[in-house]
Amino acid sequence: MRKLLNTVYITSPDSYLSLDGENLVIQKGSTEAARLPLHNLESIIAFGYTGASPALMGACAKRNIALSFMSQSGKFLSRVVGEVRGNVTLRKAQYRLSDNMEESTKIARNFIFGKIYNGRWVIERATRDYSERLDAIKLKKVSEGLAKALNLVLNSRNLDELRGFEGESATQYFSVFDDLILQQKDKFFFHGRNKRPPLDNVNAMLSFVYTLLAHDTAAALETVGLDPYVGFMHRDRPGRISLALDLMEELRNVYADRFVISLINKRVVNFSGFMQKEDGAVIMDDDTRRTILQAWQNRKQEKITHPFLQEKLEWGLVPYAQAMLLARFIRGDLDEYPPFLWK
Amino acid sequence: MTEYNEEDFLLLSGIQHFAFCRRQWALIHIEQQWQENLRTVEGNILHEKAHDDGFSEKRGDVIISRGMAVFSRTLGVSGVCDIVELHKCADGVNIFGREGLYRPVPIEYKRGKPKENDADILQLCGQAMCLEEMLLCEIKEAYMFYGETKRRLKITLDDALRERVRDVIQEMHELFERKYTPKVKPSKSCKACSLADICMPRLCKNTSVSKYIRDSLKEAE
Repeated sequence: MRKLLNTVYITSPDSYLSLDGENLVIQKGSTEAARLPLHNLESIIAFGYTGASPALMGACAKRNIALSFMSQSGKFLSRVVGEVRGNVTLRKAQYRLSDNMEESTKIARNFIFGKIYNGRWVIERATRDYSERLDAIKLKKVSEGLAKALNLVLNSRNLDELRGFEGESATQYFSVFDDLILQQKDKFFFHGRNKRPPLDNVNAMLSFVYTLLAHDTAAALETVGLDPYVGFMHRDRPGRISLALDLMEELRNVYADRFVISLINKRVVNFSGFMQKEDGAVIMDDDTRRTILQAWQNRKQEKITHPFLQEKLEWGLVPYAQAMLLARFIRGDLDEYPPFLWK
Repeated sequence: MTEYNEEDFLLLSGIQHFAFCRRQWALIHIEQQWQENLRTVEGNILHEKAHDDGFSEKRGDVIISRGMAVFSRTLGVSGVCDIVELHKCADGVNIFGREGLYRPVPIEYKRGKPKENDADILQLCGQAMCLEEMLLCEIKEAYMFYGETKRRLKITLDDALRERVRDVIQEMHELFERKYTPKVKPSKSCKACSLADICMPRLCKNTSVSKYIRDSLKEAE
């Protein structure tokens, strides 16, 4: 597996990013705040209306460094994408599969199989770790429901049927999500998913972390030569990174949700870092966002054994490994796409 | 004899990839994937020196031509020779822009030392066959120069070697036509391969994803 390089998060809106030789230079006003060699970077994410020089954008595109701009609150704005890389045969095969509903369903089934399998594992794992504190019977029931859904998913005949099973499973999974929160329960609760805008602290965190994951997944797809905009389960919608969203499905709960829960349960985040607007929309303050980014960066460094490849790698490389496996499936090396089935 | 169109020419340098591993060749030449590692970067540096685009010099009766672009319509390949020496001799051939007759001798530069497989030699022979077709001559011998040993190694271009070159290039064209990336048996040479991360050699070991999924399902029930 390749080496995991660093991601730079720029959180102050008054910084300007530029290129000097082989370095990224972060300027704040007229002073140089930091200088980092590009060859150590795999990703740059700027929050707020930070400026960047065209020279830096070009250098990033050339070196395959993903450069994304987010709003201050973490909403995705844009990505710098360079010249389309070679591998035209891979892209054409991807488009052909995407146009074929039967083939698309087969691939989408495995994304969703992974999502439900991992969701079930998150619940099972919590039940085992906190058996004294959790309503084991309630959780067990959901876990059994999800296990049943796995079978249905594999036998679904089209995307609509699959979306149905996916929706039901998500409802089941999120019905016990609040149970997994064991600390600071009066301030961090979950009564359902909402995102435009997030209406509680947990949803605000989930949205933010999903954005980070989407950036990483889209960048991974780009790196292996796949088109992140052409999906199988998520159909084409101009400007939407449908394939990145597809690939993310199996990673949401096991990678992002579990991360959010641990931030709350370990009291890494604190309720005072969240503000509510007049309409109920929740915003995080800069410190909280920085804390989350730091923790996310640490999580990326943690080593695991990939369940299919049986190879040790960092969490941060999992989107890349899955993108790679998807590319190799599309090129005919594998009989199916192997989702990331966490144990 | 069939002839290839220029747009169907494959790269001569691919012979070396192909002889090392057919899958590696397909990843680079069909899928257009490439990853630099220490070995490839060192190779580039060495070649920069050898090529020095189009620069020729004359030493006594020998013209040393660097970075000569060559092709063969019958093989359907093109590429660049590191060095072609043109030795003045009575039974040579006419060379563009020079007086007298010359005998061409291609020399290929490699970073390391002579290899166990004959990948380098096949590529060198391919170059010579291009030159033969372009200059209407026969080339009986050529040389390998290895960066590690700093020695020239004389290669006799016999019929058996030429036949192998033709076979290899033929197979390359067939795969390219199908845009097919073959699976290969993983071997210890995978460790030295700059494309191992992209190739994922274990995927060639008949790994069944449907079994992986079925096993996970069983364990969940």
